[in-house]
Amino acid sequence: MAHTIHCDIVSAEEQIYSGTVKMVYASGEMGELGIAPRHAPLLTRLKPGELRVELEDGSEELFFVSGGLIEVQPHMVTVLSDTAIRADDLDEAAAIKAREDAEQALKDKTGDLEIAEAQARLTEAVAQLAAVSKLKKMAKRSR
Amino acid sequence: MSGGKEITTKIRSIENTSKVTSALEMVSASKIRKAQALMQSSRPYARMIRQVIGHLSKANPEYQHPFTKVREDVKRAGYIVITSDRGLCGGLNNNLFRRLLVDIGEKKSRGIEIDVVAFGKKAIQFFRNLKVNLVATAQDLGEKPEIADLIGPMKTLLDGYKDGSIDEVTLAYNDFVNTMTQTPTLAPLLPLPETDDEEVPNVWDYIYEPEAVYLLDTVLTRYVESLVYQGMLENIASEQAARMLAMKNATDNARDLIDELQLVFNKARQAAITQEISEIVSGAAAV
Repeated sequence: MAHTIHCDIVSAEEQIYSGTVKMVYASGEMGELGIAPRHAPLLTRLKPGELRVELEDGSEELFFVSGGLIEVQPHMVTVLSDTAIRADDLDEAAAIKAREDAEQALKDKTGDLEIAEAQARLTEAVAQLAAVSKLKKMAKRSR
Repeated sequence: MSGGKEITTKIRSIENTSKVTSALEMVSASKIRKAQALMQSSRPYARMIRQVIGHLSKANPEYQHPFTKVREDVKRAGYIVITSDRGLCGGLNNNLFRRLLVDIGEKKSRGIEIDVVAFGKKAIQFFRNLKVNLVATAQDLGEKPEIADLIGPMKTLLDGYKDGSIDEVTLAYNDFVNTMTQTPTLAPLLPLPETDDEEVPNVWDYIYEPEAVYLLDTVLTRYVESLVYQGMLENIASEQAARMLAMKNATDNARDLIDELQLVFNKARQAAITQEISEIVSGAAAV
């Protein structure tokens, strides 16, 4: 027990690894990290790169993380991995694109959205028709 | 009474429609399972990150990140609205819009301005006709959205919140209860509601690399993103469930309609035969 540490690797989209390991190697923002059992509590950001865990039987497993966070407590290591490469200017570019999409959507008078709108009207009309026929049926029965 | 041929064409066309609807029903039924699995697999992340936040806030009581600070005077509110791209899923999106309209209307009457980030075609379409400020959109995210698709639209609101131009953010989506029930949900996103579910043992502090303030910012941003992502997955599962139900009803209705028409058709055929016989009989009598 004393020579192992519990390790969880999760991303927002899935659980990547969970198990008991001897050692975790990661590339932290401030330098390489080797985490042995009973490591002092630590919280740091990870650089995009590889993440290695040494299993109890001495074999190793390799993961790639595109950044994220690593939280260390004496008996557990939690890696919160990002699935996308994050950088302030990349995020900013994505934000600008989303804003442009919004403007485009407001301007766009034809195309996909118009069709979708027409479809929505159509389904509404169909639903109304169904309701009318149901009412008719009920009226017939009560007669 | 309409002719026999006309009725058979009608029956055949309804049969074809019911084939389509029952196929859609089955497709949705299989997609629900995938969507649910996706929901399950993203839960550990949210749980872990909540733990980290719990530790951080216990370890740093003196520092308050803007995301956790409640603002007294709300001048501008943000909404993140998640809907489906496609229709034919019953009242799913409309129920959400109805709740939203009430909430937005109430805020507007208090003089609060509204910013909206829309995910999904239906939301974009809805807010286009409404007098709100649509700041960012994303569509066609498919059945397995990725966090990367979320970052851009989210950032516009998060930045607004950080620099103080937006004072609160609400997340609107359909919560997947089970295949029969989906509830339109408006959940407060920012400021972050208190979470007291994690027990944090004794007092100790992390070694922070770099400083705690920067880390907290990263952690909280990731947390908010994961909440929105979770909402998105819930909404996808809800969409499939609602579509399955809507298509099941449509198939049942088509069957009823076919039965009814079959009856009409039989009557028409019977009438034609009766008429023919009486014509023959009267013809024979005349000879």
